[in-house]
Amino acid sequence: MRHIISILIENESGALSRVAGLFSARGYNIESLTVAPTEDPSLSRMTLVTSGSDEIIEQITKQLNKLIDVVKLVDLAESAHIERELMLVKIKTTQESREEVKRMVDIFRGKIIDVTAHSYVVELTGQPSKLDAFLHGFEEGSIIEVARSGPTGISRGEKGLHL
Amino acid sequence: MELSGGQILVQCLKDEGVEFVFGYPGGSVLHIYDAIFHQDDVKHILVRHEQGATHSADAYARATGKTGVVLVTSGPGATNAVTGIATAYMDSIPMVILSGQVPSPVIGSDAFQEVDTVGITRPCVKHNFLVKDVRDLAETIKKAFYVASTGRPGPVLVDIPKDITDPKIKVPYKYPKKVTMRSYNPVLIGHKGQIKKAVELLMTAQKPIIYAGGGVILSEAHQELTELTRLLGFPITLTLMGLGGFPSPDKQFLGMLGMHGTYEANMAMHDSDVILAVGARFDDRVTGKLTEFCPYAKIIHIDIDPASISKTVKVDIPIVGDVKPVLEQMLEVIKESKSKPSKLALESWWNLIESWRSVNCLEYDRASPIIKPQYVVEQLYQVTQGNAYVTSDVGQHQMYAAQYYHFNKPRRWINSGGLGTMGFGLPAAIGVKLAFPESDVACITGEASIQMCIQELSTALQYNAPVKIVNLNNRYMGMVRQWQEFSYQSRYSQSYMDTIPDFVKLAEAYGHVGMLIEKPEDVRGALEEAFALKSRTVFLDFITDRTENVYPMIEAGKAHNDMKLRVATNAPLDRELS
Repeated sequence: MRHIISILIENESGALSRVAGLFSARGYNIESLTVAPTEDPSLSRMTLVTSGSDEIIEQITKQLNKLIDVVKLVDLAESAHIERELMLVKIKTTQESREEVKRMVDIFRGKIIDVTAHSYVVELTGQPSKLDAFLHGFEEGSIIEVARSGPTGISRGEKGLHL
Repeated sequence: MELSGGQILVQCLKDEGVEFVFGYPGGSVLHIYDAIFHQDDVKHILVRHEQGATHSADAYARATGKTGVVLVTSGPGATNAVTGIATAYMDSIPMVILSGQVPSPVIGSDAFQEVDTVGITRPCVKHNFLVKDVRDLAETIKKAFYVASTGRPGPVLVDIPKDITDPKIKVPYKYPKKVTMRSYNPVLIGHKGQIKKAVELLMTAQKPIIYAGGGVILSEAHQELTELTRLLGFPITLTLMGLGGFPSPDKQFLGMLGMHGTYEANMAMHDSDVILAVGARFDDRVTGKLTEFCPYAKIIHIDIDPASISKTVKVDIPIVGDVKPVLEQMLEVIKESKSKPSKLALESWWNLIESWRSVNCLEYDRASPIIKPQYVVEQLYQVTQGNAYVTSDVGQHQMYAAQYYHFNKPRRWINSGGLGTMGFGLPAAIGVKLAFPESDVACITGEASIQMCIQELSTALQYNAPVKIVNLNNRYMGMVRQWQEFSYQSRYSQSYMDTIPDFVKLAEAYGHVGMLIEKPEDVRGALEEAFALKSRTVFLDFITDRTENVYPMIEAGKAHNDMKLRVATNAPLDRELS
């Protein structure tokens, strides 16, 4: 099963490699990993998407907790949560297709943030599945480049992951 | 007080109460060595190879319970230390490794003797630090000792670029009395509800067994474990790392369990209905085939490391906490409890166990005209009256030591259990001897293992650490040969060395005493003579039966009740190998 784990970790050099190294050393898989400092600059927040049986996920969370730099973590998949991913897509356009692309972007509530005579750059956020759906809407060869951030997430309700 | 980084480092060690630093100098640590030169409080032990430094410090920690300290230079100094760091990591030994690093401005430029030490050691340390500012040095050292020695102990490395220890740069020094880390708070006390549940389960057990490991030694919980075991009247088995955690001549002790454990211990594990696992981690050498491990048992597991619980074997009642306070809590609950274990059930359980015990699985050919390695260990036990500190290397001799030297006290059995590091024994013995100069220290080894760190014979002389090396010389990598005999139709691929040094001459060349013992009747006398030479390191080269195997044995991937016993093989005991 797919799990999305949010980690508060000391914002120190090497912290990221401790997490990445743990996954490779123990043979766990990482689907995606995002990391950035939080409102408290001494802490980073990492969002990690992984999958495995309940036993493996239990070991992953225990092993992560065991890392000295990890302050706190939560498996978001255990309760109601919101997940978002940012995608930037560069799309080939022609005189004829520009209107159609614009319509697609509107349907998916995206934004066109760069325009040339032959291309658009589209900014889109949403559930990873929504981003997939958007990409599937285009013919092969019309997409020049895709940059995706990997999902980040937060739990629903008033409780939060903080110190 | 204004001090340079080098001085700060040495002052930190003094303030931490460090007695010995095991190390080897080099370019990146010259400032530190100059600071060491100017003082006498912290004694530096110059080893002959950095691996030796780590094993000596590690064994010092195992024997004393204090944190071992290592000092090495950058590059090869650090990489040579990695084996020893990993050894300490696998057995949860508190150790602080101080490694020099190239100056900060050139880090990342492939400078002379530069390696990414923090990166290389990351998977085999509990934690590591790179010091970036001399003003952080004292606090970082304090944190290193704190992390290494608390919770589930382990090695912590501090990488120190050369400019940090520059004698020209002085900063105010204050060693923190205490450090707190928001991300590190080990749980020590057990959950009351879980302990109550565990005791209830223990009281209903019909075929209970206590399975205890190295956590008992690390937590200094041998008294509590002994009291609990006697109070309950249950059988107890210990892992390789747990030996000494319960007095071995005691009737309730079934011996070691696992791959080379006793028949009674493994059969009792297999048949048990309740297991109380104490500071043990269900290692594969203990469990054998996981799907057939203790099929009838409900398991209670006490461990300070939550990640050890239900890692390989699903546990019914987990108790996270330090073994000692948890056992104290448990004893309290048991004493207050109205129910008691069923006497009738225990009696029939013990009857069954005695029937297994009567197989006498550790018996061997005592009439052999060739020296049996088991006999040497038994004689060593008698000559030292079970009071010696015994270190070992890795292989058959290690198992003989575990099986035939009956450890009565904790911290007397010093071996590399988790990583299985050949070369551990001699530097380990030196570390122990320095800690306890008045005690007998023996290194049980083999002619293959001893050659991996033999250069430390020189260290033993320089620092007057007279140890007794008991070399069980069977002219084979015995354990490799044994597996090749069992699983590869006796194709002894590369498990034999064509040239083995004359160990007597070698010992003498290093300034020690060498003895060659070839007959069983000379074993006792040689050991007595060696231990009478209090101030000399003695290398006892015992020429042992090269065909001897370690029994009993659970072959890899088999279950506890599927053991190879000596009696079952029908092999002539002194047969020549084809």
